[in-house]
Amino acid sequence: MARFVMEFERPLVELEEKLAELKALDVASLPDLAAEIEDLEREVERLRDTLYAALSPWERVQVSRHPERPKTDDYLSALFTDVVELKGDRAYGDDEAIMAALATLDGRRVVVIGHRKGRTTKENVRRNFGSPHPEGFRKARRAMLLAAKFGLPVVTLLDTAGAYPGLEDEERGQAWAIAECLATLSDLPVPVVVVGIGEGGSGGALAIGFGDRLIMLENAYYSVISPEMCAMILYKDTARAAESASALALTADDLVRLGIADEIVPEPPGGAHRDPAPVIAAVGSRISAALDVLSGTDSARLQHERYERLRAIGVFDESAG
Amino acid sequence: MPINDWFKQRERRRYTVTSGVSGSLPDGVWRTCPGCRKTLYQGDVARSHSVCPHCDHHFELIASDRIALLVDEGSFAEIDAGLTSADPLRFSAAKPYAQSVRAARESTGLSDAAVTGRATIDGVPVAIGALDFRFVGASMGSVVGEKVTRLFELALEERRAAVIVVASGGARMQEGMLSLMQMAKTAAAAERLARAGLPYVSILVNPTYGGVTASFAVLADVIFAEPGALVGFAGPRLVEQTIRRSLPKGFQSAESLVEHGMIDGVVQRGELRGRVATVLGYLMADAAGTPAVAGDV
Repeated sequence: MARFVMEFERPLVELEEKLAELKALDVASLPDLAAEIEDLEREVERLRDTLYAALSPWERVQVSRHPERPKTDDYLSALFTDVVELKGDRAYGDDEAIMAALATLDGRRVVVIGHRKGRTTKENVRRNFGSPHPEGFRKARRAMLLAAKFGLPVVTLLDTAGAYPGLEDEERGQAWAIAECLATLSDLPVPVVVVGIGEGGSGGALAIGFGDRLIMLENAYYSVISPEMCAMILYKDTARAAESASALALTADDLVRLGIADEIVPEPPGGAHRDPAPVIAAVGSRISAALDVLSGTDSARLQHERYERLRAIGVFDESAG
Repeated sequence: MPINDWFKQRERRRYTVTSGVSGSLPDGVWRTCPGCRKTLYQGDVARSHSVCPHCDHHFELIASDRIALLVDEGSFAEIDAGLTSADPLRFSAAKPYAQSVRAARESTGLSDAAVTGRATIDGVPVAIGALDFRFVGASMGSVVGEKVTRLFELALEERRAAVIVVASGGARMQEGMLSLMQMAKTAAAAERLARAGLPYVSILVNPTYGGVTASFAVLADVIFAEPGALVGFAGPRLVEQTIRRSLPKGFQSAESLVEHGMIDGVVQRGELRGRVATVLGYLMADAAGTPAVAGDV
């Protein structure tokens, strides 16, 4: 499979390919080659450092959407054991864009809920590219209520471009399904740990996207609107998404600065897809660490603190008016 | 005043034909009804709650008129009027956000898109709010989120019913994630009110979309909408682009929402007050002085 190349890393990838070609040649028959390879290796190293040292918000958005980026399924298989998937909203259908399961993390029983993008085109079509229908949110809410009933902590993984804006989705109450998730999640009597692993697209992400802790991967984003749609509204031009991405304050750093996210899990240069295992492992230990702290808190206090946490979000001026 | 200006002003006053917001227009104005294209005299429109006497088109209303339409005369006392946007992201892409807010404040006289306060409806104490579409499309940023949250908290503290007239373009993107999180904040406050057994009635008016629909707007115990109001999550243009075919007639209209089981009813503007009062009579029987159940006596 040809490697997926993000626009901004094209110069690096071209150089890397050239290096690979040279390395494939017979070094013994070409005496100058070894030196040339060494030069090129240094050049690749230098370019990699400068290119990935300080990604712009729009570049991070592209990294977060990288098709090879670790997805909910990868976290599920690497971190969780004895997984029993919960399917269906008990009203209309099962939406594969959101998964919910009973699972065990480091010996702790939890309910895990995550947006689910696919690896292959076929999988992505079944999962609607990770953009949920109302049924997905209703299944998520069912899983939340189950967690509350049996005192299990909730872990959620965010990776969606947003709730699907389809005709039937509107008719079946997309807004209602999201709103009900928000209300339920806000008052859940069990710990809720949220991890932004990729895309955090608007209301579709928020429906399972807030709780007692918000852990963001370095290149994950979380935004009120997609940079493209924002550019469409502001400039009538989706090509200006980079400017919108900067204006929207959607990076992990921005979220910590705004008091919305708590911590950031670093990624290797270029993104988590370049070396997924340590990133996934780090996410696992951060979730466990958060749950260790939260599990000692009684439910009334959890609910109270979650409310106060939400209550504090917002920046405005106030005069005696 | 030069005589020419005087003539111009008089002309404007007598002959302006507009489709502007009802409550902000003086009586002596003619306007075109966007529903039936008939020319109407503002005095008549005002007397019929800003509803077209020919085709029943419900004109847009400003927040204070929305509230006046529902509450007992003279009972409304505003709260939190001094909350204003602080432009936390210094959002200046395309048009500076601070400038949009300033322009909206000047043209509407409002501090932001939500007006909230205490009132009574048929003697029942309520915490009531209304969103004003003229103010940056009644989008929800930190101020609207905070005012709606405080409204629910006021209802909870003083054991009032919550009543909100909602119109909105959605989350206010110029405040980024702070806006998105207002959805969770307002939903959390609505949920607390619900847990306390206090009623919440929402009235959805044209247009209500995005993050506002997908949060406090639809978390009410009873949801009404005005005739013809368009309500949804994604806007019709986006839906059309997504599905690549034209939308069915009446898509996202209040009438279709009833058919799909999403709201309790479409209510004529002139009947809203009575309908809300009746609902509150059932759900707030205690506060109105009548026992909820015989056992309470």
